[in-house]
Order: sequence, then structure tokens, then C-alpha cells
Amino acid sequence: MFGFGILSGLLVLPLIGAAFVLLQKSDEAGLRNARWGAFWTTIVTFILSLVALARFDAAKAGFQLVERKAWLGTEIVYQLGVDGVAMPFVILTTFLMPFCILASFNAIRTRQKEYYALFLLLETLMIGVFVALDLVLFYVFFEAGLIPMFLIIGIWGGARRIYASFKFFLYTLVGSLLMLLAIMAMYWSAGSTDIVKLLAYKFPAGMQTWLWLAFFASFAVKMPMWPVHTWLPDAHVEAPTAGSVILAGILLKMGGYGFLRFSLPMFPEASLQFANLVFALSVVAIVYTSLVALMQEDIKKLIAYSSVAHMGFVTMGLFTLNAQGVQGAVFQMVSHGLVSGALFLCVGIVYDRMHTREIKAYGGLANRMPLYALVFLVFTMANVGLPGTSGFVGEFLTLLGSYKANTAVALVATSGVILSAAYALWLFARVVYGKVERHALETIPDLDRRELALLVPLALFVIYFGVQPNAILDMSAASVDGILAAVKSGLGGRLAGLAQ
Amino acid sequence: MNPVVSPVPALGPALPEIVIALAALALVLIGALRGDGAKRLIDALALAALAVAALILLDQGPGRLATFNDAFVVDGFARAMKILTLIGSAAAIVLSTRFLVEEKFARFEYTILVLLATIGMMMMASSNELISLYLGVELQSLALYVVAAINRDNAKSSEAGLKYFVLGALSSGMLLYGMSLVYGFTGSVTFPTIAKAVSGAGGTGVMIGLVFIIAGLAFKMSVVPFHMWTPDVYEGAPTPVTAFFATAPKMAAVAMTTRLLIDGFLPVAKDWQPIIAFVAIASMGLGAFAAIGQQNLKRLMAYSSIANMGYALVGLAAGTVQGIEGVIIFMAVYLAMTIGVFAVILAMQANGTRLETIGDLSGAARNHPGLAFVMAVLMFSLIGIPPLAGFFGKFYVFAAAIEAKLFALAVIGMLASAVSAYYYLRIVKVMYFDAPAPAFGRAGPEIRGLMWASAAFVLLFAVVANPIRTMAAAAARSLF
Repeated sequence: MFGFGILSGLLVLPLIGAAFVLLQKSDEAGLRNARWGAFWTTIVTFILSLVALARFDAAKAGFQLVERKAWLGTEIVYQLGVDGVAMPFVILTTFLMPFCILASFNAIRTRQKEYYALFLLLETLMIGVFVALDLVLFYVFFEAGLIPMFLIIGIWGGARRIYASFKFFLYTLVGSLLMLLAIMAMYWSAGSTDIVKLLAYKFPAGMQTWLWLAFFASFAVKMPMWPVHTWLPDAHVEAPTAGSVILAGILLKMGGYGFLRFSLPMFPEASLQFANLVFALSVVAIVYTSLVALMQEDIKKLIAYSSVAHMGFVTMGLFTLNAQGVQGAVFQMVSHGLVSGALFLCVGIVYDRMHTREIKAYGGLANRMPLYALVFLVFTMANVGLPGTSGFVGEFLTLLGSYKANTAVALVATSGVILSAAYALWLFARVVYGKVERHALETIPDLDRRELALLVPLALFVIYFGVQPNAILDMSAASVDGILAAVKSGLGGRLAGLAQ
Repeated sequence: MNPVVSPVPALGPALPEIVIALAALALVLIGALRGDGAKRLIDALALAALAVAALILLDQGPGRLATFNDAFVVDGFARAMKILTLIGSAAAIVLSTRFLVEEKFARFEYTILVLLATIGMMMMASSNELISLYLGVELQSLALYVVAAINRDNAKSSEAGLKYFVLGALSSGMLLYGMSLVYGFTGSVTFPTIAKAVSGAGGTGVMIGLVFIIAGLAFKMSVVPFHMWTPDVYEGAPTPVTAFFATAPKMAAVAMTTRLLIDGFLPVAKDWQPIIAFVAIASMGLGAFAAIGQQNLKRLMAYSSIANMGYALVGLAAGTVQGIEGVIIFMAVYLAMTIGVFAVILAMQANGTRLETIGDLSGAARNHPGLAFVMAVLMFSLIGIPPLAGFFGKFYVFAAAIEAKLFALAVIGMLASAVSAYYYLRIVKVMYFDAPAPAFGRAGPEIRGLMWASAAFVLLFAVVANPIRTMAAAAARSLF
């Protein structure tokens, strides 16, 4: 319609849903309409994204489903498109959204219309980040996402929600502003912000260093990498359940996606130059935040720190600059999106019943909630990286890649796997095993149908991707090879590790 | 061949100013004959005069017109800035109608003074030599001094007027002194001739003169280090007057500074660039940090306007077509946002009491979802979050600075804008996260209209950005 394609449709659909939600009356019937309207909007958006997936040819490396319109002159354009790297994240976003909406039905009792409208707005912006093929357009989506997330944390969050929302907003903003300056510099240097053109453009080596650092400032905060990760535990703990799912599931992936889309292919020299810095920060993240996770007494905070550790594998994998590492990083991001999202849903379910997230307040849940114990076990195992779950594939591939690039890094990072087993299993043991000692837990009900509908599909996918990783790897393979070929040609064959 | 000097210069180019001047004179008569009761009629006629002036400007076409021996030029840049000025003045009149009646100082002189100030501002945008520039500045300033003190029974308003007058007179003195030095060393008062004279050898004398001129202009733009009057005057003056101060005069001041520096001193750009860059950095920094502790919204907007003038000067410091394009876009966006914010402040009243602290907005999202939404949109836009208008305003000035290789300026500006995010966010926080305060009374339709118009502009700017950008680019090119 009007020359807009299916990707524009993905951007517009949630906005239409948001408008529908806001137009509902504030009585009980209106609010029910708003909830279900939001839910069905996300379902339809998901179906449309599957149509896009069906039209997508994974064997091709370049951008597909491209649509282009003039926007700010001929240099800054409204251009959308997906390749094998973006497609998994688009599907992940549209897939997780219905779960977020469904998970909020009981948890959110105040200002419901605004809540669902903000979530739908957030969906548009997140999809936009992954499909934008113009740097300024990308920045618009990337940065605009701060507004709904700030409000979601601040309005529906926990006790320290205001502190957490400000910290989230300001941390991310500072990083992004530096990236914006880099975007301007690229605009003057290359004469365009069209990503397709920029990928073919070679920036001078000296300039690459600065551009890389500016992009790094933004993506490192978003990932988040140690030591700028401190906003994440606060934001996670204070955000409502669905907010945590979106944060861990999608927003954190924007950083990794940004490294892969921009930093590696556009600034290959600088990426190589700074690879060791990234390795060091990643390894610290993996080991240090795993240790921190061990010490946590709040379930959500523990999962938040484990997210930082898992993102450490992603950054490590990306900067190995070899196929295994990068493929593993993409896989790890998708897998972590499912697993950590599901873990936050699990926490949300017991939180809705007990209104506490303290580990000490639980124990012996297996006796009262056997179904819950089972699904929680699946996700805990995936978080540990047990073979047969999706968590294993990503960690294994990134470790394999980093072993090729830098053996010492791989060695230290592997110890992180052990630590992740320690904190995840210990958490599981303290919450699920043992005797029911708290009186309040005596009558805690097991999962109802809505909650089963939330968790079972996620559990199935986690296992499916664990035994059938090619479902994702095949999708991204051609594009990852394309990006690495660009890196290689940018470096002029100066990288031995790139030999496949 | 000697140029034939006609005894009567062509008046066509100055027709918009003449229309407003005649309207002001006629309205004085109406006011004198019918008293303050005629304020409504006078307001309507004044708005009509401003609209006619804007239509004449639009009708003049894109070319360059000049008259009074080239002392008065109307080019694309002048037209763009005059239209913005007219919008600001019209908003100031619209915002004031109900306020002045309710606050019981409905003096018809207010509207006429706004018109007179507008003529001065339009002259500032058009003046191509120092004398007419000074006349424009003085016409504007004298009207503004009186407007600031219009609520003469209120001690704060009188104090604001007096403060503004004393400091304004000082700055006019500096301006005049600088002009005399420039005239003495270059032998001319018209910008193109000055440009020719300084392009050979600038000389220290001219530079000292230029520094004095810039100091005077900095006062008019209220940028650091000549900003001290701003918070007090903004807080003390009646709110519609503050809205006026924050919009139209800024357009004119930036316009005249731009024309003076670009048309008159472009050959010595490397000499004034560091001065403008310093002023920009100092203003952005002070605006960002000093606003953090403010509780009064008008005072906060004073610091916000200081910071915003700093951003505008980032574009001017670049000294390129792109830079001036950025300045025009930025000023247009700033104008729309500021009108919106002051409309919101004017909508804050309960039982006849005017409320103007941040705390009064507490929980406004519950009691007044519309007002809170507009204010939140404006705050996010002032931070510069895309896709709101404020983002594009900052984008073009900073892009110009990057192109001109003013990296330090750009980085410091960006960091200052991150700091300023804190206090804009605080307003959003108070409105959306805090418990509701007592509800406001219902605001007048004209206030709500301006509020929503401003929010709509800010929200939809991304869609209409390209035509605006194209117009701004054409206007900027007309200066070079």
C-alpha cells in the first residue's frame, strides 16, 4: 500500500493497536477490551513477521524486503530491510511480545490503558531498530525506546522505581549521544547515512578509531558490558515482570546487534585494534558478574547479573571475528532472549503470589508447585548451558570461536560456565527443593492455564533450539559470512584468525 | 555613473513593518478613546496586523530586496526569522488575553507594546548596517522594558522591569561603543563594506570593537556570561510576558547576530569563532547545571532558554551554510516548544491562584492526562529524544559543528544536553510517577489550543522535516 512493504506494516500494526487501546473506556469492559486488544495486536504482528520470514531467503547474504522512501533529502532516507542477522531478532521481538502482554494481565492493575499502549509503542520501536537501514532512522528507533521504557519502569515499577528509571535513562542517553556525533561524522565523510552505502564505504583508519569508540560507548551501555552494567540490575529489579522480559529479551540485544551491524563491518581496523579490550571486558563480565550473582539474595537481581555474564559471551564471540564466534554470539543472543525472558516470567509468577522476590522467602516449591518446578528446571538448565538446551549451543560456539582467536580468553571464559552452573543451580535448589518451611507457602497454587500457556511454548522452543540449532544458524549463516568477508576485505587479509 | 538617490526610498520591502507600525498607532487611538475595555478588540486587530505582515512577507517571493541605501534588506533569511518572530509575538498576545483580565491589569498598552517591539525585532532581522541595527535593538528593548514592568502594582514585576532596564541600557552602551570602534577602524557601518575592510587586515581595533558588539548581542540573546538578568526577569515578569521574552526577541537577537557575523565579519571568522564557541559552551553548561536545583518552572525555563541559545550558537560557530540552516531549524523548533511549555504553565491555575512550581504538576497525569501528555512530549523533545522535533533541531546544529571540525564543542554540547536531561525528566517524573496534587481549573480554549498545536508540531515534525529543512537551507544560502 502506497509503496510501503511488509516491514512498514510491522512498524505500523502495534501503533494501530496502541491507538485502539487508548480509545477504550476506563470501565471494566473497556479495560478488558484494551488488554485483549493489545494481546491480539501482538499476535497479528507476530503472524505478519512470520509472513516476512516466509518471504525471506536465508541463502542470500544481502538485505531483503527492502523498501526505500526519501526522508530528509536524498542522503538521509526512510529505508527498511532485513538480512539473516536482523531477521532472528525481529521474530524474537514479535514472538516475546504476546507473552509480555499476557504476563501483565494479573500483575498490572493501575493505569492499564497507558501500560498496554506503551508496550505496543515499544514493540514498534524495537522492531524498527532491527529493520532500519539508515543510520539516522536506526538512531531514532534506538533512542526513542528510552521513553516508553522509562515510563514503564517509573510508573509500574517497584519501590526504587524512580532511581532505577532515571539511571536507565541517563546511562543509555550519554552513550547514545556520543554515537549520534559519530553518525554525523560518518554522514559528512560518506555523504549519506544509508547503511547499505556505508557498508560499502571505507572509513580512514584514524577516523575508524574514534567512530568505533563512540559506537562502543553506546552499545557497551546497552549490552551492558562491565563496568557500565550497573543500571541493569536496578532496572531489572524495579521493572514490572513484562518490562524485565523486554529488557533482557530484546533491549540488551540491541547492543550486540549494533556491534555486528555497524562496528565490525564498518570499522574493521578499529575492531581488530580494540578486540583485546573487548575480550578483557567480556571475561571480567563473565567471571566477575557470575561471582556477584552468587551473592544475590533477590531472585531478579541474580538473573540480571547472570544476563550481564551471558552478554559477556556475546561480546567475546563477536570480536573473535570468526564464523563460529559470531554465529555463536547471534545464537546466544536469541537463546538468552528466550531463556532470560522465561526466567523473569517464572519469577513474576511466584512474585504475583507471594509479593516478594527474596530467595529466603521461598523453599520447597517442588512440593506445592510441581509443574512450576519442572518448567523452572528447564530454564535453569538452559541458563547453565546444559547440552540439549539452547543455552549450550551459544556458549559452546562462542567458546570455540574464542579458542581459535585467543586461547587464554577461552580458558578463563570457560570457568564462567562453571560459575553459571553454581549460581543457577544453587538458586534452583534454594527456591524449589527442601521442605516447605514458610507458612505462607503452604497454600501456594500451582500454575494455572494462562501461566502454562506462557511458559510451555518457551520451554519447548528452548529445547527445540537446543537439539535443532540449525533453525537459527542457517538463517544467519549467509549474512554472518557476508559481514566477516567485509571485515576481512577491510583488513586486507591481515588477520590470520579469519582463515576459516 | 553616480547612483541616483531618490528623495523617497522604496518602501515596498519594509511594508510588513509599516503595516504593523500603522496598526500600532491606530490601536493606540482606539485604546485611548475606548479604554481598557477595548482590549479584546485591540488584541484581535493586532493579531490581524501580524497576520497581514506575515502574508506580505510570504508574498514577497524568494528574492533579495533592499532599500534605504542597502541598510534594510529582506532576503530568505530575514523572511524566515521574521515569520518566526511574528509567530512568537502572536502567541504572546494570544496567551495574554485571558491572563491580564484575570490578574486585573488588562491594560491595552500591553498589546501595542508587543507590536512596537515586533517592529524593532523585524528591523533587527533585516538591518544590514550598524545604525539601523541599533535602532531596531533600541525600539525592541524600550518596549520590552515597559512590558516587563506592566504589572506595576506587583513588586516582582516592577523589579524585573527595572533590572532589565538597567542591565539592558548597559549592554546597549557596550553595543554602541563596539560599533563606534568598528566604524572608526573600517570607515563604514554597512556590513558588506565592513567585510571588505576587514578581509585585508583585521587589526586589533576592529577586533576589540567586535568583542564589544558581541557582548552587547550576547546580552540580548541572554547567553553566558551576560545571562544574569534572565532568571530574575523571567520569574518576575507576568507569565505571558515571560513567554514573549523567551520566544520572539530570541529569534530577532539570533537573526541579527547571525547576519552581523556572517555578512559583516565572515572574513575574520577564525577570530570570532572561538568567542562564539566559548559562549555556546558556557551557556550550554550553565543552563544544564543551574536548572537542576530550580523549583519554579519559569525560572527553570530561563535556564533552559540560556542552554538552548547555546545550542543555537553551536550552529553559528560553525559559520557555514549548514550551520545557519541548523540555526534556523533549531530556532523554529525552540519557538514551538517554548510556546507549548508556557501555554502549559498558563494552564496551571486553581481557584484564581497561578501555580508555577514543579511540585504543582505532581501527579498531573491522573488529573489532567492531556496536559501531562503535552508537557511530557515537550520535555522529551527539549531533551532531544527522537523522533520529536527537538532532536532534529539539535541534530542539524551539531551536524554542522562536526562538519566544521568543532569536535570539542560538539562533544561538550552533547554531554551538557545529557545533564539537562535530568531536570526535564524530573518534570515527567513528577507528573507521571508522583501522587496527584490538587487539580487545576479549566484552562481557556486558546491556551489549550496552543498547547496541543505545539505538541502536534513536536510529534509530527519528523514527517514534515524535509520541507522545513529545504526552506531553512534556502534561507541560509541567501546570507552567503
